[in-house]
Amino acid sequence: MKLLLTGNYAAAYAVRDAQPDVISAYPITPQTPIIEKLAEFIDSGELKAKFVRVESEHSAMAALIGAASVGARTYTATSSQGLLYMYEVVWWAAGARLPIVMGLVTRALGPPWNIWSDHADFFTVRSSGWTMLFASSAQEVYDLTLIAYCVAEHRDVLLPALVAWDAFEVSHTYEPVELVEDATRLLPPKGAWAPPLAAEDPASLGNLAYPEEYAETRRLMVEAVRRVPLVFAEAAGRLRELTGRDYSRGYECYRCEDAETVFIAMGSVYGEVRSAVDALRARGVPVGALKVWLYRPFPYEGVARVLDGKKMAIVLSRTTSLGAMGPLATDVATALALKGCSVKLVEFSAGVGGVDVTEDDVVAMYKAALEREGGTYFWRGR
Amino acid sequence: MPQRMYEVRWHGRGGQGVVTSSELLALAAIREGKYVYHAPEFGPERRGAPVRAYTRISDEPIELHSGIYSPDAVVVIDPSLQGEVASVTAGLKEGGLVVVNARSPAPGLVEQVRKLNARLWLVDAYSIAMEIFGRPLYNTPMLGAFARASGLVKIDTVLEVVQERFGRDPKIAELNAAAVKRAYEEVRPYE
Repeated sequence: MKLLLTGNYAAAYAVRDAQPDVISAYPITPQTPIIEKLAEFIDSGELKAKFVRVESEHSAMAALIGAASVGARTYTATSSQGLLYMYEVVWWAAGARLPIVMGLVTRALGPPWNIWSDHADFFTVRSSGWTMLFASSAQEVYDLTLIAYCVAEHRDVLLPALVAWDAFEVSHTYEPVELVEDATRLLPPKGAWAPPLAAEDPASLGNLAYPEEYAETRRLMVEAVRRVPLVFAEAAGRLRELTGRDYSRGYECYRCEDAETVFIAMGSVYGEVRSAVDALRARGVPVGALKVWLYRPFPYEGVARVLDGKKMAIVLSRTTSLGAMGPLATDVATALALKGCSVKLVEFSAGVGGVDVTEDDVVAMYKAALEREGGTYFWRGR
Repeated sequence: MPQRMYEVRWHGRGGQGVVTSSELLALAAIREGKYVYHAPEFGPERRGAPVRAYTRISDEPIELHSGIYSPDAVVVIDPSLQGEVASVTAGLKEGGLVVVNARSPAPGLVEQVRKLNARLWLVDAYSIAMEIFGRPLYNTPMLGAFARASGLVKIDTVLEVVQERFGRDPKIAELNAAAVKRAYEEVRPYE
């Protein structure tokens, strides 16, 4: 069935199809329509979940930590300042190994106040242990939200997962979305994982751990994160069988095989990057594009394999990283260094705070990158 | 030459329903097997202020999310906005289409349309809306006018999606369908 949905509504439909037991959230633009839609689904009976109303994002995540501790399937969504207000318990959810799923509609951090897209909020949780996925269209929001549940609740993982997408360009834009007819064929059965707490067997969670005990819990997390790509690929493989859409590598390549330069991007701008690749190719310029879906854990090997032997990598970062290269460009640099690849790396801070990035911008970035040394440059736009 | 993508920019005022016009056009195009993109202007909503909505229609999947700067067509659903000639024709493609809610074109609009070698169509959606709804509601009549002027979607498809979209209240669905039909029949090219 093909519907015309915003990215936010696509998330709500995916959550409806995943049938969580508990939802809790606090409103913030541009996230709010997700939760409004979920409230409608609960009201109409299409979704049988308990909605916990709270006074802040911190409490929303805390409520889900309580619910997931006894085995509930859960969902929350937030943006920007909301994620930062929630921050302490975002890390707690990961450390407690609770498979909570969260939608993050990326929005700039203040001041000055800005409701448009910027990935600064997303990057703040990149080492927390959450599996981090980035969608670039309403369809991808739907698909990756379902995959997030599969990965989070897998017994080899048991870590929270978030799916991010751009404010407005995806969150409030309507696109055709094909739903999975029977999502239970994709999702793990409820109760397939063992929660840390149970009412009939009282215990406590999050006690003091001495250094060796703490280190051991972190070592186990490191191992769980290492298993994510395989579990992600399995879940994506099941989705591919049902729909034909393939996310299994965690990234997509477009016209990369014989490319000398590869653009790397996450999110809504990827469509403009693909168009720019076609435009440059039409003039005989060998370029390609790589889109990252699975951001954490980062697919170092896959990215390095794509970039090995290329002349230049151009990273589009939708944020300003002050005092260092942006996280995505740093990850690409790490991938290159680990493989011993010598590829010129140019990063453009582009689309910051909602600035529109067009195909012409991306073509112009290619020309600018040729003339400049490797490093980070700010793209001022039209 | 087959056209890869058709882009429409809708001009109106907050509360008049440009977003609904754009959504209904997208729904009609999906029904005819096309790929679509439909977006409101991104920002705070302001009732009465000039607002825009955007529709992309293509035979191939659409991955673009950037704004529309060179539309194939502009539709001006609020009669008071056609005088903002520079704003409503900004970036319009050579040979493009302008559909305006007016009995006669504003000064300067005809010259600008000729300069762009564009086509101008007029419809008195104000009279249609007042007769049918008793209120100045322009979204569905202007969609009907656009369907005729552009030939992009079939009138029957538009009527189907209008019936579905307003289906919760059969009376309102009927009135909107009537408004679409009237405007479809009455819209005329300006010679």
